[in-house]
This record gives sequence, structure tokens and C-alpha cells, in this order.
Amino acid sequence: MATSTTPNGYQLDTGGQRVVVDPVTRIEGHMRAEVNIDENNVITNAVSSGTMWRGLEVILKGRDPRDAWAFTQRICGVCTGTHALTSVRAVEDSLGIEIPENANSIRNIMQLSLQVHDHLVHFYHLHALDWVNPVNALAADPKATSALQQQVSPHHPHSSPGYFRDIQNRLKKFVESGQLGPFKNGYWTNPAYLLPPEADLMAVTHYLEALDFQKEIMKTRTILGGKDTHPNWTVGGTPSPINVDGVGGVGGLNMVNLNQIHQILKDTQTFINNVYIPDILAIGKFYKGWLYGGGISGQNVLAYGDIPDRANDFSPENLLMPSGAIINGNLKEVMPVDLRDPDEIQEFVPHSWYEYPQGVKGLHPWDGVTEPNFDVSTAKGSQHHIEELDENASYSWIKAPRWRGHAMEVGPLARYVVGYAKGHEEITEQINFVLRELDVPVDALFSTLGRTAARALEAQWAADKQLYFFDKLIANIKAGDTATHNGEKWDPADWPAESKGVGFTEAPRGALAHWIRIKDRKIENYQCVVPTTWNGSPRDEAGNIGAFEASMMNTKVERPNEPVEILRNLHSFDPCLACSTHVMSEDGEELANVTTSPIGG
Amino acid sequence: MTDKTQTLILGIGNVLWADEGFGVRAADELHRHYEFDDSVTVMDGGTQGMYLLQHVEQADNLVIFDAIDYGLEPGTLKLIKGADVPSYLGAKKVSLHQTGFQEVLASAEMLGRYPDELLLVGVQPVQIEDFGGSLSRLMKQQLTPAVEAAVSWLDQLGVKASRRAEPLSETESIVGAEIDLARYESLRPSEAEACRVGDERVLKSDAFDVAYRPAPLDPGAMAVDVDHRGKY
Repeated sequence: MATSTTPNGYQLDTGGQRVVVDPVTRIEGHMRAEVNIDENNVITNAVSSGTMWRGLEVILKGRDPRDAWAFTQRICGVCTGTHALTSVRAVEDSLGIEIPENANSIRNIMQLSLQVHDHLVHFYHLHALDWVNPVNALAADPKATSALQQQVSPHHPHSSPGYFRDIQNRLKKFVESGQLGPFKNGYWTNPAYLLPPEADLMAVTHYLEALDFQKEIMKTRTILGGKDTHPNWTVGGTPSPINVDGVGGVGGLNMVNLNQIHQILKDTQTFINNVYIPDILAIGKFYKGWLYGGGISGQNVLAYGDIPDRANDFSPENLLMPSGAIINGNLKEVMPVDLRDPDEIQEFVPHSWYEYPQGVKGLHPWDGVTEPNFDVSTAKGSQHHIEELDENASYSWIKAPRWRGHAMEVGPLARYVVGYAKGHEEITEQINFVLRELDVPVDALFSTLGRTAARALEAQWAADKQLYFFDKLIANIKAGDTATHNGEKWDPADWPAESKGVGFTEAPRGALAHWIRIKDRKIENYQCVVPTTWNGSPRDEAGNIGAFEASMMNTKVERPNEPVEILRNLHSFDPCLACSTHVMSEDGEELANVTTSPIGG
Repeated sequence: MTDKTQTLILGIGNVLWADEGFGVRAADELHRHYEFDDSVTVMDGGTQGMYLLQHVEQADNLVIFDAIDYGLEPGTLKLIKGADVPSYLGAKKVSLHQTGFQEVLASAEMLGRYPDELLLVGVQPVQIEDFGGSLSRLMKQQLTPAVEAAVSWLDQLGVKASRRAEPLSETESIVGAEIDLARYESLRPSEAEACRVGDERVLKSDAFDVAYRPAPLDPGAMAVDVDHRGKY
């Protein structure tokens, strides 16, 4: 047993019982969490590990920079478009390529569409089951559920007792057949679930409605990207030409498919307002006493900003999604972030399975090195069956990025905290609305519940902004501008011998940037610092713990062998280990495979 | 959706990970050599999970190409039909997308829109520990047999394919010209430049085994049957 205090203020105690959750499921990719739990069932030490190797950067070496987006969007199946957008921005920045106004509007709609889609799917299909108990829904009274539905969302058309009875009966058959599908293997008797049966039934019903609705959202990107499942992107603009009088579906933008997009954008806005937001408020009312999981969100948050209003201007004033860094919880000062400054963002590897050249500590991504060095000799167990990681040595495939030496949280909550601190009008209004509805102080934001609420608010904001850019696109087309691509520097003969650039976006799960160096018309170095690298980072040289680890700290777990609370905290970040580490893994089990072992020392 | 029987031919997997890209390459191979009427869609599913649901639930016939760990000799082609398909998709290791795709099938089932006919065209991978790599020789040899197996199964269902006079070029591929097989292979960085191996501990682990079987179809389906267009 050992106690220590981290520079970012956490009291670690490695005594008590060690609980291992591996794999953490309902995430993209492969992740492991280990915690120490004291005699009061409170987490006193937390370790998070990305257990897959990351190698995307190295396979891009020597390739054509104009192809990079197609590789980066294959990193995983979730934020394909965001990686592609970040990549084309990095190349454009490097080569000084400007894109037409229409391309900016189209890219923004695609990016916002992905935000809404990812947030909705994440909440209902990956995170809701940490709050909602589908088995408990069987005990609900359909009439009372109907009354609840009409109270929380009077405009939602699906609210009759018969509707809920029907869903409940079908759910009952599913449960009785022993095939719970996505609902199986939950800890459905755990007292950590706090909703009454009616709220559970309402939420499970919306799980199904969201499953049904989310498919529509994808169509926006399919039409705008001109291709299904993996939309096209291109350096210099967007690939689909605008031909308002054209006919046919995918392949070009005409009035028929633009009208179709318009309808989807309006329906999305309505669904978010009538279903997602009311659900968050309804669930929040029952969980507002459970304010664990804030981690470092009350101290250090980081956002790069995104959604340029006018094309090619990435200054903070022109970005509709706010940028900035907050340190030590000082909301009065939001500091500017410069992705080119070698002293701001640096990646460290003392607790990661990588090695840097002798004597090198932190590296700015333009000079980044990705050299694997897997060593688990001090972990308990064998290399093929690790019982317990050694957090004093290397223990993750994730590097540790730091902003001016600080561990930072990124993502919807970070963006909303930055926006709130900067007095961003729409964000402040949304946050105040939720605080008022739930009757909680502003500090309640810094919690797992706050993170989950911020994601919903951001989905609402993004749904509104999609329509803003749609209108802007149409107005520009009507004014006679149909350009979507600037081919001026498409030919590598027009490129300088050497150049470097950085592209950034706010991916659904947080700040994302790609740094590129181009030499002799080929990629010389490519480094991605992805959101889950920030949030899921291991300890750094000074011993600062990362956002995932901090979110688990001091959380009380009802039953150590059923880590609902750990999953709830981790899922609230929408972890995507596929790109923060590497895509390779075997299938995960349906829910967590938990092993607990006593620990001495 | 029309009344006509709809067919989806889906390649899944990650083309960046050697033989893991088999499914996507096989679907592309089929697309380049055959054409169908508009009731048939050939699609590069990549590693997308839930985002494929809209396509899967519209399909009456579903063909899935994928690299599958059957525990057989590397390069072995094996066809799985009907109710056995989901459990093979979730059987053992191989890759990230499979949990996702198994869940897509479970969701389609929950919504009462499970395909009537399923065929899984799987090949036992030879080499997956080769990041940035392409299909191994044995896998490439199975591309044509895999395509022919799918075409022949569809033919028995009355879905007719006609062979193109000339295969389509790389610019007409379903994966996109940037990542077309020939370009992907020829521009690969050298081994000295780019480390190609993965994490042995993960690769060799066999601690994961999920046996998912679909529930009986219609009686348990939980479709919400909502036409959401303009209604929410």
C-alpha cells in the first residue's frame, strides 16, 4: 500500500482491492481500466490503458498527401468524416490552398451532421444503459409512462398508453426468450440504477426510436459526400459539383437532393428537441444527486474550436464552436491556443509503450515520433495474460499529450465550459436553461452527468447550425456562385519543396488535429493527436493523471464486482480507442469482463 | 423502399490491416466484374457499425464478405448461411468492426427488419499482423472464388448478375481511387520507414468468445413502426 498526491491534486492510494475491467465495452476499440477500491467502496487509484497499438502515422510516410484523408477515415468506423476533414485541412494549410465558400458550408454541414449523429447514437446506444434499466421497464405502468411522456415532451407524437404497452410487451418477449440483444449482460439488479420503471420504459422506447431515426441523419453526408458509407473528400474543396437543374440522386448536388437534405435537417432538429433533450432532463432529475465523474473538467479543459463561419478563416472570432484553454478552474481567463507553438502541445511517453530518442521528453507533433516499445516486465501475470498493470512503468499504447504541461479534458463538456467562460451567447443560454430546469448550481456541470448533458446540448446546437449553413449555401447558389472546388494547387508541380501544416476540428469526442510535413511532394511525417489521446492519456513524467483516470477517482461504487459507475464515467467521454490506439483487436465480450483481486503494496 | 426483393452485398473489414481488408476488396472485385439491376446494392461497409443499419434492414437478401477466424487452414474459403451467420461474425478475434456488425444484425432483428436470406462468404486470414499491408497471396487467390460463390448463391435466389464486358477501372471502384488496391500496394512505405507489427499480447489472446444467436424473428420483434419523416 502506498499513498501519494499527483501534481494535479489527486490523492492516490494503491491499497485496498484492485478491480480490473477489461475490456471496457460499448466503446470503439479496446480499453482496460484498473482501480483500487477502499473499504468504503470508494475508488482511490485509477489506471486507464489503451491496449491496442497505434500505427496510422507510420503507414502514411511517403504517400501522396492528397490521399491521406482516405486512409485517416479508415482508422475507425465512427468519426470517419472528421478525420477526413482534419486531414484535408492539414494539407491545405501546408500548401496554402483556399477553398470556395460553398465548400466551407458543405463541409460544416457534414461535420455538424456527424456531431448530431454521433452524439445521438452515443447517448442512446452506448451510454443510456449506464443510466437506464431495460429490465426495470417491464414493471412500468404504460398509462403512467404515457403521462410522463406528455409531461416531459408535450409535442412528441408518440405518447399513448397503447404505444408504450406494445413496446413493453415486445420487450417482455425479448427478455423471456433469454435474448436481450444489445440489452444483455447488464447489471440489472444493481442499486446504482435510480430511475422509476416508467422513466426506464420511456427511455428504452426512445432507444428504439433513435435507432430508427439515426439512419436518416447519415443520408445528409451520403448526398453531400457523393458516396455511401465512406463519403468523398478532396483537398481544395468538396467533390460533388453543384448543378441545381440536374437530376438523379448521389453524384452531384441538385435541387431534388438539396430539398431532401433540408427535410432531414429539420426533422433532426425536431427529434433532438422533442426526444433527446427532454430525456436528458428527465434522467437528470433522478440522478442530480449523483455528481461523480467530473475529473479534471473543473480544472483544465481544452478546445481548438471549429465550424468557420466564413471560409479559410480559422481565427477564434470566426469559429462558431469556441476555442481556448482553461487552467486550474479559472473561468475568468480563457487562454488562446496555438497549435503551431512548439511549447504548447507536446506528447510525452514515460508511461506509454513507445520510445523517444535519448534525452527527449516532450515532442511537438510536427516533430512527433511513433516508435513502439512494448514492455510489461513489471506487470503482474504474464505477457499474454496480464493480471495487473504497473502504472509506475509503461502501461498504455496511448501517448500523454499535455498543453503547457497540463493534462486536459477535451470534448463536449470542455467545449461548453470554454463557451460558458467566454460568454458564448447560445451556449450560455443553453447551460443556464438546464441548470434552471434541474435546479442545480453551475458546479454540477463538472460531473459525468454534466458531460452527458453538454453532449445533448451540443447536438441541439449543431442541429440548429446545420440549417444556418444550409441557408447560407442556398443563398450563395442563388447569388450565382456554384464553385465547390479550387484546383489551383492540385498539381504537385506547383508545391514548394518542403512545407508543413496543421489541420484541426472538434470531433464529436473532442479536439482533433493532424500535423503534416510534406517533402518532395510526399508525406514526410504525419501525426494525429486525437481526442481520446487527451482524455485517455496515462500519467506523464510529473505524475499528472489523465481525464479518464481522474473521472474514476473518488467515485463510490455500489458493488465492486459490478462496475456500473466506472462504465458510466468512462462512457460519458464517448471513448474511441480505435484511433487513439490501433484498430487491431479481437472481439470484445458483450459487457465488461471484470476481475477483482486483493492487492498488497 | 420498393416491393421488389432488395439485395445488399456488403464487404466489411479494414483495408489498412492486411487480410482484414478481404471483405471490402471482394465486394469491390464483384462490383468491377459484375452488374445487376437496381434492386442490388454493392457496398464497402468498412468498419462501420450502426451506420450500416439503414442498408441492412432494407435488404431481403444479404451477402457479407469478410475475413473470418474459423480456426481452419489459412486461406480456406467457407460459406455460412442463414441463422448461423451472426454467431460466426462474433465468434473469435479478428477485428473491431465485428462486434459492431453483430450488433447491427441484432438491432435489425429487434426492429423486425432482419434479412430473409443471409450468406457469409468468409476466408480464413493468413496475415493480419501487417499494418499498412495488403492481402496476402492466398487471400488474393480467393477473391474470384468468393465472388463466384456469391454470384451463384444469388442466382439460386433469382437474383441475376451479368458479367461486364470490361472490368471497371480504379476510378469506378467502390473503395475510391485513393485507396485502390494497386495504388495502395505500390505506394506503401518500406518496412524500415514504417513499423508493421501489432501487439502480440492482443493478437494471440483467445480470451474472447461471444456466442450470439438471433432470437426468433417476428414474435419478438420490437419495431416501433414509425415513419419518422416529418413526424417527430
